[in-house]
Amino acid sequence: MALTIGVPKETATGEKRVATVPDVVEKLIKLGFKVAVESGAGDAANFSDDVYHAAGASVVHGTAELWAGADIVFKVRGPTSEEVGLMRSGGALVSFIWPAQNPDLLQALAAKRATVLAMDSVPRMSRAQKMDALSSMANIAGYRAVIEAAHHFGRFFTGQITAAGKVPPAKVFIIGAGVAGLAAIGAACSLGAIVRANDTRPEVGDQIRSLGAEFVPVEYEEEGTGVGGYAKLMSEGFQKAQLGLFAKQAKEVDIIITTALIPGKPAPKLITAEMVRSMRPGSIIVDMAAEQGGNCELTEPGQVAVKHGVTIIGYTDLPSRLAKQSSTLYATNLLRLTEDLCKTNSVTPADGLININMDDEVLRGATVVKEGSISWPPPPPKLSAAPPASAVAKPITAAPKGHGASRAPASATRTAIAFGIGALVFWFIGASAPPAFLGHLTVFVLACFVGYMVVWNVTPALHTPLMSVTNAISSIIAIGALVQIAPPMLGGGDARPDEAIRALAFAGIVLTAINMFGGFAVTQRMLAMFRK
Amino acid sequence: MSATMATISYIGATILFILSLGGLSNPESSRRGNLYGMVGMALAVLATIFGPRVTAAGIPWIIGAMVLGGSIGLYAARTVQMTQMPELVALMHSLVGLAAVLVGYASYIDPSASVGFSPAEEAIHKLEVYIGILIGAVTLSGSLIAFGKLSARIGGKPLLLPGKHFLNLGGLAIVLYFGARFIGAHTIDDGMLPLVVMTVIALLFGIHLVMSIGGADMPVVVSMLNSYSGWAAAATGFMLSNDLLIVTGALVGSSGAILSYIMCKAMNRNFLSVMAGGFGGGGGTPAARGSAQPAGEVVSVTATETAELLREARSVIIVPGYGMAVAQAQHTVCEITKHLRAKGVNVRFGIHPVAGRMPGHMNVLLAEAKVPYDIVFEMDEINQDFPATDVTIVIGANDIVNPSAQDDPGSPIAGMPVLEVWKARTSIVMKRSMASGYAGVDNPLFYKENNRMLFGDAKKMLDEVLTALKA
Repeated sequence: MALTIGVPKETATGEKRVATVPDVVEKLIKLGFKVAVESGAGDAANFSDDVYHAAGASVVHGTAELWAGADIVFKVRGPTSEEVGLMRSGGALVSFIWPAQNPDLLQALAAKRATVLAMDSVPRMSRAQKMDALSSMANIAGYRAVIEAAHHFGRFFTGQITAAGKVPPAKVFIIGAGVAGLAAIGAACSLGAIVRANDTRPEVGDQIRSLGAEFVPVEYEEEGTGVGGYAKLMSEGFQKAQLGLFAKQAKEVDIIITTALIPGKPAPKLITAEMVRSMRPGSIIVDMAAEQGGNCELTEPGQVAVKHGVTIIGYTDLPSRLAKQSSTLYATNLLRLTEDLCKTNSVTPADGLININMDDEVLRGATVVKEGSISWPPPPPKLSAAPPASAVAKPITAAPKGHGASRAPASATRTAIAFGIGALVFWFIGASAPPAFLGHLTVFVLACFVGYMVVWNVTPALHTPLMSVTNAISSIIAIGALVQIAPPMLGGGDARPDEAIRALAFAGIVLTAINMFGGFAVTQRMLAMFRK
Repeated sequence: MSATMATISYIGATILFILSLGGLSNPESSRRGNLYGMVGMALAVLATIFGPRVTAAGIPWIIGAMVLGGSIGLYAARTVQMTQMPELVALMHSLVGLAAVLVGYASYIDPSASVGFSPAEEAIHKLEVYIGILIGAVTLSGSLIAFGKLSARIGGKPLLLPGKHFLNLGGLAIVLYFGARFIGAHTIDDGMLPLVVMTVIALLFGIHLVMSIGGADMPVVVSMLNSYSGWAAAATGFMLSNDLLIVTGALVGSSGAILSYIMCKAMNRNFLSVMAGGFGGGGGTPAARGSAQPAGEVVSVTATETAELLREARSVIIVPGYGMAVAQAQHTVCEITKHLRAKGVNVRFGIHPVAGRMPGHMNVLLAEAKVPYDIVFEMDEINQDFPATDVTIVIGANDIVNPSAQDDPGSPIAGMPVLEVWKARTSIVMKRSMASGYAGVDNPLFYKENNRMLFGDAKKMLDEVLTALKA
C-alpha cells in the first residue's frame, strides 16, 4: 500500500516557501508515492494548484483534511502546536525542527507517536550533501543578503569612470565563510565590489580566494575548526584580536555581512555599537545571524533599523524572499532524503514505502523522533567534513625513480662510473676495429645526437605524424636492397647465387616501397588535418 | 653517375631528413617537413639506382618492385581510418623489420659483399649481419603482435609466462652462443644454421616481448618498435658500409627512443619495468590496491542534464581518452565544441601524453574531426586552469584522471602525472561502466561529490547531448 505524502501550506507569517514543487512531485510519484498538496500551498512561490495537479498531485482543500490524509508530511518550518494536533497518530513528518531550541515541540510530537526527521539535523557528510537543506538555504540567504545590501546601499558596487565622474567601487567585508558567507562573497564579487572576508578556520582561506575575495585572517595562533566542519567558540585572546581586526575593517568598508553562527549557542557579538558608530554614514550591515540574536549589538531581528546613519538589516527570512528558488532546492533536498529512505527498503523498488534504517549514519542523524521515542541527539558524527590533518598530509611527492631521476643531476660517482664504462668500450673498439668501421661509427654516434636534438623539439601534438614520418624514412633500408639486386661484378662474383639474392632483394624493395609510399602519404593526410 | 655524385646526393638526402624531423616542431611547418622527407627519399633512391652500385640489368626489377609496393602502400594510406593509425604504424614497422631480415640474408649469401676484406673486417661484417637480422626479426614479430593487440585480434591483457625473465635470459644466451659459432664459421653453409636458429629465437623473443605488455603501455611499445626499426636500418647500413643508412637509422632510432622515454615519464614508469610486463607483474604492488577504498557515492546523470550543465558553463575542458577513439566519437565532440564556442563558451581540450594507444593519438583524432589545434593543450599547459573551469568532460579515460596518483602513495599509479579534472567545479565522466582502467586501479574521482557519471557508449551519449544542446 503506497504511502501518501502531504504538503500543507506554510502557516508562519511571511513564509513564502513550500516543501515541494511540481518537478519533484513527478519524481516522488515515480518512487511510488501518492502526493497531496494543500490548495494554495505554492501560491507565494509562484506554483499554482494547476501545475501541481498537472504534475500528478491531488490538490486538497482544507488544512485539516490534508493532515488527516497524509502518512508523511513534508514541511518547511517546524509544525505549530495546532498542526501537531492535526497530525495523524503514528504519522511521519519531515521539516526543520531545531530540536535543541524546541524541546517542547519534540515532546508533543513524541506524544503523537510520530516519526520525525529534522532537516536541520542531517549530518554534515559528503554523502549527505545532496539533502543538506541548511546548506542549500544558506546559499540562497548569502546571495539574498548581498542583494538586500545593494538595495539599501546608495551607490554602485562596481567602480566606474564615467563622463559624469569617477565612481569608487564598494568595499564589502564578509564575516564567516561558511556556505552563506561564500555565496555572499560570490554574489558581491560578481557585482563588482572589492570583497574581503574573515573566518576563524584558516583552511577556508583558499576557498575565499578562489571566489575572488581577499582573505583577512586574524593574526592569532588558534585552530578554529570544530566537529562537523562548523566553527567553534574561540578563546578570549583570539576574540580580542578578532574584534581589533573588525574595528579596523569597519572604518574602511561600506558594507559588512555577518554570518557567524556556532551550533546550539547564541550568535557571537562581533560588531559592537562602537564599530557601527565608526562606519561611514550610508554604510550597510546585513546581519544574517539575526535569528540567533545577531552578530551586531544593534541588530533588530526581522527589521531594518538605521542606527548612527548605518542601515542594519536583520531579516530572518532571507531564503523565503527568494521563494521559488528556495522551494525548488528544498524540495530537491527532501526528494534525495526520500530516495534514501526508499533505498533501504529492499523488497521492491518504487513501492512508495519508507524504512528508516537506524544503522545509516545520515538517516540516524536526521531522525529526532522514532515512533514516539525521542532519538535526539544522535551519537556525534565520526568525521569532520575536512579533517585538517589530511590537508597537511596531501602533497605527496613520489620518489623519483628510473628515468625520472634524470631530472636531478646524477651523483658524481655515478657519472664517473658511466664515463669509465664508456671509456672502456671506446678503448676496446679503438684497439680492435678496422679504420673503415670507425668512420661509420663516427657517423652513427653523431647522427644519434643530431636525432636527439631534433626530436626533442617536436611538439607532443605531432607525435603520431612523427612516428609515421620516421617510419617512412626508415624505409631508406630500400637502398640496401637496391644495391644488392644487380651490382657490378668486381671479381669474386663467380660463386654468387644471383637468383636467390635477387629474389630476397626484390621482396625487400616491395616491402620498403609499401612503407615508403604509404608512410609519406598517410603522414601527408594526417598533417593536412591539423588546422587552426 | 659517379660515386662522388652519389655520395653528395646522400649528404643532401641526410640534410633533408633532418630538416624533415625538425619541421615537425609545429603544425605550421610540419607539412613542409613531410615534403622534405619525400624529396630526401626520392633523392636517395634515385642516386642509388643511377649510382655505381646498380647496373642496368636491375632497373626493370626495381621498377616492378617499386610500383607493386608503392601502389599497395598508397592504397593503404588512403583507406585507413584515423582511429586505426596505431595499427597501421605497427604494421609498417613490421615491414621494415622484415626488409632488414631479407637484406641481411641477401648480404650474407653474397660473397661479393665481403670481397677483399681482412679477417678483422670479415668478422665485423658478419657481426653486423648477425645484429642487423636480430634487430630486424625482433621488430618484425614484435610489431605484428602489437598490430594484433591494437586491432583487438589479440587480447590486450599482458601474457605473463612463468619465469619469463629466465626465458628471455635463456634466449639471449642461445643467441650469444650461436653468434660466436656464426662468426667462427668458415663457409656460408656452415654459418647458415646458427643464423636461422638465431632468427627463430629473435622472432619468439619479439612475440614474447610484446605479448607480456599491457594495453595501457601500448604507446611505449609502439614508439619502442619505431625505434627498433631505425636501429635495424642503422645496422644494415653498417653491414653495407652505407653512411646514409646509418645516419637515417640513427635518426629514426633516437627519435623512437625519445618518444618511449617521454611516454614512460608520462606514466611515471621505468622503461625497464614497462618492458618487464604489465601492472602487478614486476614492480606493481597489488596488495596496496585495497588500502584506499574510495568513500562516497557515485552520482549518475542523463545526457539532458549534461547538456544543461554545458549550456550554463562559461569554461569547459574536454579530456578525451581511448574510449573516444573506440566509440569514434571525435566528430560529435567537434560538433559539440563548435556549438558551444558559437555561444561564447571557452571550450578547450586537455591531452594527456599517454591518452590513447600511440603517442599523439588524440591529437590526430581531434585534428581529423577538424578541431582547431590551438584549443588543444598538453597536460602541463592546462592543468593549472582546472580550478577556474566550470565543467570538465572526461570521455572514455580513466587512469590519466585518477586523483589517487597524487593522493595515495600506495596506489600502483602513484606519482604518475594526471589531469586534475576534479578541481573543476563539476566534472562529468563518460564511461560504459564502473570498470577500472588498464591499471586495474579504482578511481576515487568517480566518488567525488562534484563528479557526475554519464554511463553509456560515448558516441551515443554525446549524440544525445548534442541533440539536447541544440533543442
